[in-house]
Amino acid sequence: MSVLPYLVAAWVFLVGCYGLATSRNLIHAVGCLAVCQSATYVLLLAVGYRDGATAPVFSDLKPGSRPVVDPVVQALALTDVVVGATVTAVLLALVLQISKLHGTVDPDELSELRG
Amino acid sequence: MHHLLPVLVAVPLLGATLLVTAGRHLPRAAAETVGCLFAAGTAALAIALLLNSSPPMTDWVGGWTPEGGESVGIVLVGDGPGLGMAALASLLTVAALAYSWHYFDEPPRRHAGSFPALMLLFQGGMCGFAIAGDLFDAFVFFELMSVVAYALTGHRVEEPKAVQGALSFGVLNSLGAYAMLMGIGLLYARTGELAMTKIGEGLDRHGSPDALTLAAFALVLTGLLVKAAAVPFHFWLPDAHAVAPTPVCMLLSGVMVELGAYGVWRVYRTVFSGPGGIPASDLEHALVVLGALTGLVGAVMCWYQRHIKRLLAYSTVAHMGLFLIGIGALSPEADDGVALYILSHAGVKAALFACTGALLDRYGSVDEHALHGRARELRGVAVLYVAGALSLAGLPPFGIGLGKAVLEEAVGGPLTVLFVAVSAVTAGAVLRVAARVFFGLGPRPDDESSYETTGKKEEPETRSRLSRVPDTMTAVPAVLLVLSLAMGAVPGFAAAVGHAVSGRAAPAPHWTLIGVLLGLTSTLLALGLATLAATRPKLLGDGAWTAPLRRLQSGHIGDYVAWMLAGTTLLAALALPTILNG
Repeated sequence: MSVLPYLVAAWVFLVGCYGLATSRNLIHAVGCLAVCQSATYVLLLAVGYRDGATAPVFSDLKPGSRPVVDPVVQALALTDVVVGATVTAVLLALVLQISKLHGTVDPDELSELRG
Repeated sequence: MHHLLPVLVAVPLLGATLLVTAGRHLPRAAAETVGCLFAAGTAALAIALLLNSSPPMTDWVGGWTPEGGESVGIVLVGDGPGLGMAALASLLTVAALAYSWHYFDEPPRRHAGSFPALMLLFQGGMCGFAIAGDLFDAFVFFELMSVVAYALTGHRVEEPKAVQGALSFGVLNSLGAYAMLMGIGLLYARTGELAMTKIGEGLDRHGSPDALTLAAFALVLTGLLVKAAAVPFHFWLPDAHAVAPTPVCMLLSGVMVELGAYGVWRVYRTVFSGPGGIPASDLEHALVVLGALTGLVGAVMCWYQRHIKRLLAYSTVAHMGLFLIGIGALSPEADDGVALYILSHAGVKAALFACTGALLDRYGSVDEHALHGRARELRGVAVLYVAGALSLAGLPPFGIGLGKAVLEEAVGGPLTVLFVAVSAVTAGAVLRVAARVFFGLGPRPDDESSYETTGKKEEPETRSRLSRVPDTMTAVPAVLLVLSLAMGAVPGFAAAVGHAVSGRAAPAPHWTLIGVLLGLTSTLLALGLATLAATRPKLLGDGAWTAPLRRLQSGHIGDYVAWMLAGTTLLAALALPTILNG
């Protein structure tokens, strides 16, 4: 098993963080947060990967006849997707309100809270 | 009895579902009653389970018990600390719902059930996180309580400050949670297990810790420390607490932030404390450094705030630093002290927020300078406020004083100075507010402000400004303060807490002469600081030297994210000696 998927996961996470730190648009920032989350999908699926294995679906597969990839991480990734959808929805709703009330979605121009 | 553990999460979720579906047709009083009933029922269940938590209960949800030591099921653990946190979260939810009774103005006017439903969801998430026995479910409940908390923080969607604070809160906490999930993925890759104790055993089997263990440790702790608002992960907290509705502030400051510290305690104890994990000396090193930094930054920032809710929020940050130092001490005595401290701090902080909410609803402002001398007529609230501030300083026999005394004795050494200083400064700031707002002491502070957030022109949370403070809004903080007094004054209570947290490993927490003297010292220091600040503001300086520190709190999400990454690196660096020596 190569180390490449793990490096990709780390890179995707960091690039998302970079985007968040330098974002000039809050919608873009919420998108960057979703990029960070994609890193967790990559990592989880890489953890469960096995060479020469197939999907863990036993409808047309006799149990034990072929190796399958780890179904636990796939369940985790699915749950993770649901969590991510919820978070993104709530945050985008908040950005919408910010745009309506502040008249901008540029974080540099929000100055209500500081000090 | 252990079959009742999942019910602890199911009851509030069921109540929330009921309120969301039927809330449109319910009158407001009915929706609030249903909310209170479900929250109180959960609280009663949590307390009943807590009384039966020795020996600890374990429940494999849905009957997925391990076969041959292997299981993919969801495990819930009902031990003293977990059920204690669940009980605390539930009781505070009841208090917050009682506080918002009838007067709290809820934006969706035609849906009376929405606010109590969100509160119940929040309660369910917190209870679930407290009793989760495997790391992935801890993450899921962590996110459940976080997402509901974002929605509750931004509940008054027409307030520009509220939505901005909620967004910072949301982005930072979710990013922290994803870092935690990366760590969980790494731990699963190493051990093939998700249950916390099983991961710990797996790490020990693998041998001495390596880079992967360190990375997993730093990532998982990042998520939990963002929640626990440790410096430099803390920036979201003042922004969120300053804008959240008062009943929500009571829960955020009283128990949600503390759940982060509880998570650090639980994860370290079960996952990383073995020979394959992070050595105790490294954890102590990391938590004492972060905790001391958190205590100092929190106390300094707390002292120089004029927005009362922000001031209380920074006081929470400062006290979180003390909790983290206590957790880092890793001794049963320190655990008992932290548990007592967290319990009574929750009551006191919630009471102080409740009193501040009364000011907001009565005067439409939470600004210390603008309110100077205006609240003279609120005698009852003034008494509660001063009592809360004194107990925050650790005045015996309040529970905070006892918890802090036990903790100071367990930690010892030069850190005692930090404990006394932090409680004196934070309590002094609250007393200064009380002296100015309720008694009109000293000259009127000047009103101009260039950079900082003031508390002027805030919208009251009630439908209109109150002409008098309703009884529920004073009864709730009064009850909370009495409870927090009872925690230190009723001898059996501290012993019961000690027994639930550390069993018979430590002597029951009790007052000692040194503890009483240290508590009195910090109270007197707080009184002195407050008097000096209110009567001779010039003598203590205008805080120009804190300007660089205050500019860090810029309200800018990008800055906060950068600080979080720096914090993760710092955490990994503090635990690095493990790898170099291992």
